[in-house]
Amino acid sequence: MTDFAWIHDAITGARPQAVGALLRYFRDLDRAEEAFQEAALRALKSWPVNGPPRDPAAWLILVGRNAVLDDLRKQAKQTALPPDELISDLDDAEAPLAERLDGSHYRDDVLRLLFICCHPELPATQQIALALRIISGLSVAQIARAFLVGEAAMEQRITRAKARIAKAEVPFEAPGPVERAERLGAVAAMVYLLFNEGYSAGDDAARGPLCDEAIRLARLLLRLFQTEPEIMGLTALMLLQHARLPARFDATGEAILLEDQDRTRWNGKSIVEGLALIDKAIRHNLPGPYQVQAAIAAIHSRATRAEDTDWAGIDTLYAALERLQPSPVVTLNRAVATAKVHGAEAALSMIAPLEERLSGYFHYFGARGAFLAQLGRVGEARTAFDRAIALANSPTEAAHIRRHLDRLIRTS
Amino acid sequence: MLYAILCYNDEDTVWSWTKEEDAAVMGRLAVVRQRLAGKMGPSARLLPTTAATTLRKSPEPIVIDGPFAETKEQLLGFYVIDVENLEEALDVARQLGAANPGGAYEIRPIALYQPDQRAR
Repeated sequence: MTDFAWIHDAITGARPQAVGALLRYFRDLDRAEEAFQEAALRALKSWPVNGPPRDPAAWLILVGRNAVLDDLRKQAKQTALPPDELISDLDDAEAPLAERLDGSHYRDDVLRLLFICCHPELPATQQIALALRIISGLSVAQIARAFLVGEAAMEQRITRAKARIAKAEVPFEAPGPVERAERLGAVAAMVYLLFNEGYSAGDDAARGPLCDEAIRLARLLLRLFQTEPEIMGLTALMLLQHARLPARFDATGEAILLEDQDRTRWNGKSIVEGLALIDKAIRHNLPGPYQVQAAIAAIHSRATRAEDTDWAGIDTLYAALERLQPSPVVTLNRAVATAKVHGAEAALSMIAPLEERLSGYFHYFGARGAFLAQLGRVGEARTAFDRAIALANSPTEAAHIRRHLDRLIRTS
Repeated sequence: MLYAILCYNDEDTVWSWTKEEDAAVMGRLAVVRQRLAGKMGPSARLLPTTAATTLRKSPEPIVIDGPFAETKEQLLGFYVIDVENLEEALDVARQLGAANPGGAYEIRPIALYQPDQRAR
């Protein structure tokens, strides 16, 4: 670790709280970011000399706020000065910081900052890009790489998203309990989107870190909202899924199915943490979709060999998920567990009603083909597999189905 | 004299180490532990405080999500060592610190030590 790594870590760590507080103060995202930028620059000069401040976030907030106020004051020299109490502490950023900043705002500041990235008018990818820029502080170039677009295009996308937010009404008063819960729900969904963006990219170097960033944000939320079982569930879910990364791809980058993965390569540390969080969540007796999905992932994590998987448990959990969050994709997933417990026939009749809604869905035909193949209905299986290949989203998916087809031809 | 070396650091930083960084630190610590084999008792690495639950004991025990105290640096693990005196305990801490920089160690004399009670 270099001498200055700790400064970078401290600034990154303090960023959500600091930008959140500056946003509450200035009620303008660009100004808040500009203030933070200026404070971070001053930190790079001051901290190596004076040592780290007791509370880096408070330092950055105060210094950033004062820097911008100073600027505004200079620009407005001819006109009215800002009220005295806003500028009286200009020289003295280190002193009784903690007292001056209202700590109780912290939670809502960070939540608000995350929440404005989830504006319903913004498409999902823009929400994520904005969160990475504003909350995580990634550079436009880094984000552009992660989304496989040019830097100029990403710059434009982020600028447009910000303009939309500026036009929208951002509520600055402290939210009530119901509204806080709604915001938390929207933010959790955005964090999981971010995770999936990284997860679906697999071991791609530019996109893989998105998973780490999503987990970091979830831990941040969890620290702010320690008694929310769904936030525990979300964090656990991502930790358990991310734990499989070292085993998900072979040397050529081909995806390896869960049942074929070398489970000794799973990340034990993430698994232990995920399991501990689910344990905590369950005590609250308030089941939600993230907790149930995490519990499903936990069953996989607990099985040392694929054949030890508790499929009946997974079947039950998917049934619970169907009730909490009905969707044809959930039913399709349940059918995979049902096939293991009750046989392919039961699974086929379970997915039959989904065909219309999932007629363009790769996994539907992949699963249907597999069930039919198990029942020896070779011709129908082949038709389903052909449909799946036509709908594959990546060469890896198509290759996977082709392997199924090969097996079908060999055994028939 | 038995001492506990309590390891404090910023868990956000430690838990966002890459696998390689983590493995490098653990590798260096293993070397130190080997070198100090005669003095090293049990050691433990703790999960982040987000995984913690607190039981407040009186008057009626209450279970609270989260750690006992919110602090800037968190208790992330501990070692039990068997050395002559504080000077020697500090020397052990220095050697561990060289392998794993950042944060702080609290060296705390142990008053009562009960070894593992589980059936083997």
